[in-house]
Amino acid sequence: MADVKKIATRESYGNALAEVGAQYPNMVVLDADLSAATKTGVFKKAFPDRFIDCGIAEGNMMAIAAGMATCGKLVWASTFAMFASGRAYEQVRNSIGYPHLNVKIGATHAGITVGEDGASHQCLEDIALMRVIPGMTVISPADDVETKAAVRAACEYDGPVYLRTGRAGVPVINDNPDYKFEIGKGIRLKEGGDVSIVATGLMVNSALEAAELLAADGIKADVINIHTIKPIDKDILVKTAQKTGKVFTAEEHSVIGGLGAAVCEVLAEECPVKVNRIGVYDVFGESGSAGALLVKYRLDGKGLYEQIKEKM
Amino acid sequence: MDNLELKRHANEVRRGVLIGTHAAGAGHPGGSLSAADIFTYLYFEEMNVDPANPKDPKRDRFVLSKGHTAPGLYAALAEKGFFPKEELTTLRKLGSHLQGHPSLKCTPGVDMSTGSLGQGISAAAGMAMAGKLDNADFRVYTLLGDGELEEGQVWEAAMFAGAKKLDNLVVIVDNNGLQIDGPIEEVNDPNPIDKKFEAFKFHVINVDAHDFDALRAAFKEARDTKGQPTAIIAHSLKGKGISFMEGQVGWHGKAPNDDEFAKAMADLDKIEEGLK
Repeated sequence: MADVKKIATRESYGNALAEVGAQYPNMVVLDADLSAATKTGVFKKAFPDRFIDCGIAEGNMMAIAAGMATCGKLVWASTFAMFASGRAYEQVRNSIGYPHLNVKIGATHAGITVGEDGASHQCLEDIALMRVIPGMTVISPADDVETKAAVRAACEYDGPVYLRTGRAGVPVINDNPDYKFEIGKGIRLKEGGDVSIVATGLMVNSALEAAELLAADGIKADVINIHTIKPIDKDILVKTAQKTGKVFTAEEHSVIGGLGAAVCEVLAEECPVKVNRIGVYDVFGESGSAGALLVKYRLDGKGLYEQIKEKM
Repeated sequence: MDNLELKRHANEVRRGVLIGTHAAGAGHPGGSLSAADIFTYLYFEEMNVDPANPKDPKRDRFVLSKGHTAPGLYAALAEKGFFPKEELTTLRKLGSHLQGHPSLKCTPGVDMSTGSLGQGISAAAGMAMAGKLDNADFRVYTLLGDGELEEGQVWEAAMFAGAKKLDNLVVIVDNNGLQIDGPIEEVNDPNPIDKKFEAFKFHVINVDAHDFDALRAAFKEARDTKGQPTAIIAHSLKGKGISFMEGQVGWHGKAPNDDEFAKAMADLDKIEEGLK
């Protein structure tokens, strides 16, 4: 797959902001001194008057975003996932979540594929932290196409959204005319009756690769892309669980509290089947290239395939 | 509005604080009373707000960054007519729109949900920033406690407001000198407050929080100040107006019992007599 087009979802995010900026005159973008990395700099260049650099003060930025939203602004507040969901957790909860304000949190650099910066910057807990906030929508897009669609959908939706993107390039997998993004609606990417692979973010690509390898072994996988972790698509989860009776979740996040946990919560109540959560197993990350880390943590296509085989 | 009328309203706001906290059996009377004259001045003289149209986009905004003194804010809103005064007795009770800390989704006239200290000033700075982007005329006021200044976020917000030259923002510090654990100097001394805000590029005014002439002059000076935000350091007396609460840190977060309530209301009756 050497010639596959790869784009980092943070890139897609920054481009999408600039693309929709003209459509939403009330839209403003806030950043905390990371606009070159989060790619909000693309918006800044296109709409300098609607870009506000809050400096290195993420908690303050979130509450500023909240204040602006009360005045009718459609606010995107951006920083790394670690700081957006971790450092500024309580500001997000109390100043954005509690009053259910129209703030979109553009959290880039999620997961281990932050790479060389290491564990201090590799947020593996953000999905868990954000989805426990009442009324928070949590979206983790898989590729360029999905990220841009998610930005548009988030702009149309009135309420707080956490949008999780990554630093490393990921293959474009949704570039087809039938692709349709709807908040809260999972997407079946592959039909199969033997096992279900429910994935989010860049793990959707790994899931597709793992499904190919499983197919070579005669195992047909139902591959589901859960781009919206909250509200989660119960229907698609129950249907795939009923069909295969065996569910694997895959996420570039801790197995505690993230997609796997969300899927378990649904299936335990609606359709109890065995679920194996594949992700980062309650450890911190480390420095290394994104690719090498995905291999080490067995989250690339081959690693995922092997983990599924071992647990089957 | 003349000072006598303001004083009458302030006395009613103080009654509202006592009625609410007494009925709730909880809440924060001390800091509500120290700020009662500030609430009164803001809602009856300074701010452009209309109880009939509490969401008017053109209105001035108020953020109670020291959200625990919600009883004072609610009493002022009720006195101004945002909702009936009778509802003050529902404070903190199940089903009431008067939550323990301000909630913009619940209470008419509340512009921001607060309670977690340090966050309200940031939200107020965000409102002021939004106003600047839209070339809007509204002004934004936020009231902080002096103990609240120990929250680092206050200074993040102050840095932002100074750096972005938000001259439509007025930060008021209710400097009553007492926080839950004792005198602010003993807990984690945030002094000098005025020098700090000056360093963050604010125009700073020190004022007697209970002198309406001084407040009038200070808010006018804030209005006339261009190119920088204003901080009004309002030197106040915790529990102001209630003889046995004045200067007592114990009344930070304690409600009066029936006897204390009667005594407190008698204090306010006496004040009212003097305003006839």
